[in-house]
Amino acid sequence: MKTIVRAGTLLSALLIAAPAFAQDLTFWSWRQEDRAAYEQFIDTFEAANPGITVKFETFEATNYNTILSTALAGGTGPDVMMVRAYGGLENVAVAGYLEELTTESVPALANFAEPALAAESVRADGKIYAVPFASQTQLVIYNSKIFADNGIEEPQTWDDLMAASQKLKDAGIIPFANGTATAWQNETVTFGLGSSLMGKAFYDELMAGTADFTDARFTSALASVNELAQDYFPDGFIGLDYPSAQQLFSSGMAAMFVGGSYELATFKTQNRDIEMGVFAAPGKTAEDAKLVGLYFDGGYAVNAASPNKEAAITFVNYLASPEFGQAFANTLNNISTIPGVTFDNPLLAEVNDLNKSSIPYLMLAHFRYGEPSGSVLIQGEMQKLFSGETTPEAIGEALTTGLAAWYEPFKK
Amino acid sequence: MPQFRMTGRGLWITALIVPPLCFVALFIVYPIISAFAYAFFDWQGLKRLDFVGLENFHTVLFVEPYRSWTLNAFKNNIIVFFALMVLQNGLGFILAYALWRELPGARFHRIAVFLPVVLSTIIVAYLFKLFYHPLFGLVNISLKSIGLSEWAQPWLGQSGTALWSIIAAQAWHMVGFPTLVFLAGMQRIPSEILDAVRMETESEWVKITKIVWPLVAPSATIVFTLLFVGAFNWFELPYIMGGLDGSPFGSTDVLGLYFYRTAFGNVSSGQQDFGLGSALAVLIFIFIAAIAAVITTRLRAREIQL
Repeated sequence: MKTIVRAGTLLSALLIAAPAFAQDLTFWSWRQEDRAAYEQFIDTFEAANPGITVKFETFEATNYNTILSTALAGGTGPDVMMVRAYGGLENVAVAGYLEELTTESVPALANFAEPALAAESVRADGKIYAVPFASQTQLVIYNSKIFADNGIEEPQTWDDLMAASQKLKDAGIIPFANGTATAWQNETVTFGLGSSLMGKAFYDELMAGTADFTDARFTSALASVNELAQDYFPDGFIGLDYPSAQQLFSSGMAAMFVGGSYELATFKTQNRDIEMGVFAAPGKTAEDAKLVGLYFDGGYAVNAASPNKEAAITFVNYLASPEFGQAFANTLNNISTIPGVTFDNPLLAEVNDLNKSSIPYLMLAHFRYGEPSGSVLIQGEMQKLFSGETTPEAIGEALTTGLAAWYEPFKK
Repeated sequence: MPQFRMTGRGLWITALIVPPLCFVALFIVYPIISAFAYAFFDWQGLKRLDFVGLENFHTVLFVEPYRSWTLNAFKNNIIVFFALMVLQNGLGFILAYALWRELPGARFHRIAVFLPVVLSTIIVAYLFKLFYHPLFGLVNISLKSIGLSEWAQPWLGQSGTALWSIIAAQAWHMVGFPTLVFLAGMQRIPSEILDAVRMETESEWVKITKIVWPLVAPSATIVFTLLFVGAFNWFELPYIMGGLDGSPFGSTDVLGLYFYRTAFGNVSSGQQDFGLGSALAVLIFIFIAAIAAVITTRLRAREIQL
């Protein structure tokens, strides 16, 4: 009996003392599909930093925010975690759960692009709370074989795009696979096609507070998007949901898909033989800057209440390093936000080039901080436009007055 | 004064009752009470801030944009309730009557009518989503093949047809349930009464309205009340077929979806608001409880004891 008690005491003493010898970090993520890759990244980190071990834990993506906020509120959160960007970040950061990151604690942050850091900052204090990990781009993906077979080049003007679509339609191919029955697809379609038509000047003025959504550049872009959708989206596209639209493209029944760069991997999984290209939807003239809609997915943050904060910061420094960024891009086929990363995959390299001429994916980046969110508004309004129940001008009015509920520059 | 002593039997009963009572208290009573409590606080994400009294209730009922969202969802629930009352309970009654009269093939049809009820809601939802597919869906292809191309619609994409399409799927899914309940009620009608009617008239209509309908009143009470509760708690089918936003533009939005969106947020809005969500849940609960109580007592009053 005595031996058991002694052994027990020894064991518990060891368990209590263990953190003093090795620092155990927990790292939470919603990327269940990336587990193998992250285990590998963590092995690299642990080899270079003896004494720190990292335990990677994943949760289901749609419930991740709820699980994370509950855990943080209950004081049982992880040391390091993936957090969302923009409004999703503010939900956890404003409550004070996250450690502020500075160029002192994470020197590599100094090299990051301004919009990437803005995505992981709280607007009120401008402080950074996470190392951004990936960007996504809204653009047009096309089936390069169909384009070549029909003698179509990447369009330089909006009229080119319409002409190419007509040519495909005449050849019996659905020009665009997109459907808008799934609400969020409306936003993707609007800004994936319309960013160049709206133009950088509109974006800048909108941000400066000198323009609002009733601006003709915005409403005329919506009109053009609608015109294209009515003629060149599949029959009954307003009743076509997102998975069906993806299938239309990956099966080769449709030539183009307006969507995010994240679709590239999906299409490749659905049809291994598909060959794809990407382009930014053009503006009215060839001289208009071709803009893609750019946004950031999320970042790596440190729990402000972590008992192993020092080790956690060390780990986050690794997650901000170029070596990690390169490994991330190569293994996960994602556009890393870390400067200087190069891409093996030619499509990703092209997306990365297109990103150099971009405006932020508007509603996500700036209008998801209150209710009603700009995303909810534009999605519903575009569905109305597509079914002929509103006009672009009325949408501009609805967005501006709707957002005025919480967006200061629109309050009159 | 009577003395309460723990005799063997009393102890035994207590031991059997306490665990389930604790279970109910912990997993049913406590969550309901805490939802009530949550509704009176201001929330930031999942962090509770100040006590705000009835502010959350005021917001969901009277402040835009919540006001119009609430009204829209509530209006849709009412449509769903009345539509299902006709399509599900009305049709259920007719089917039950046909089965009860043992028309040819009744045995087969009794199973066929009830079979969809056994299917999981998810399966039914995906099945009907495929039926309504604008390009390859059974509905549109059938219409086109019989020369009614102009009737082919993007069913789930239009504000005029989306909600009705989902209601049709729900009615197909659940019509077997009221049928079964009504059928059981009809089979309980004593044959002497039916023989007596036969002496008076051969009219089926008289038989239904004067004998069968009054005598299946207890079954009607059950299916009406359950339908009412079900229609105002409706979630799965619209969630899978229309999405969390009640696509297109709120035309399939119902209180269940709206509550979920408000409390837990969705892809398109970063906001989670437990206070507003709980306020909605409390309002839905009070509404359902109050009306269901009225329905039950009213319908009970017209039941006849044989």
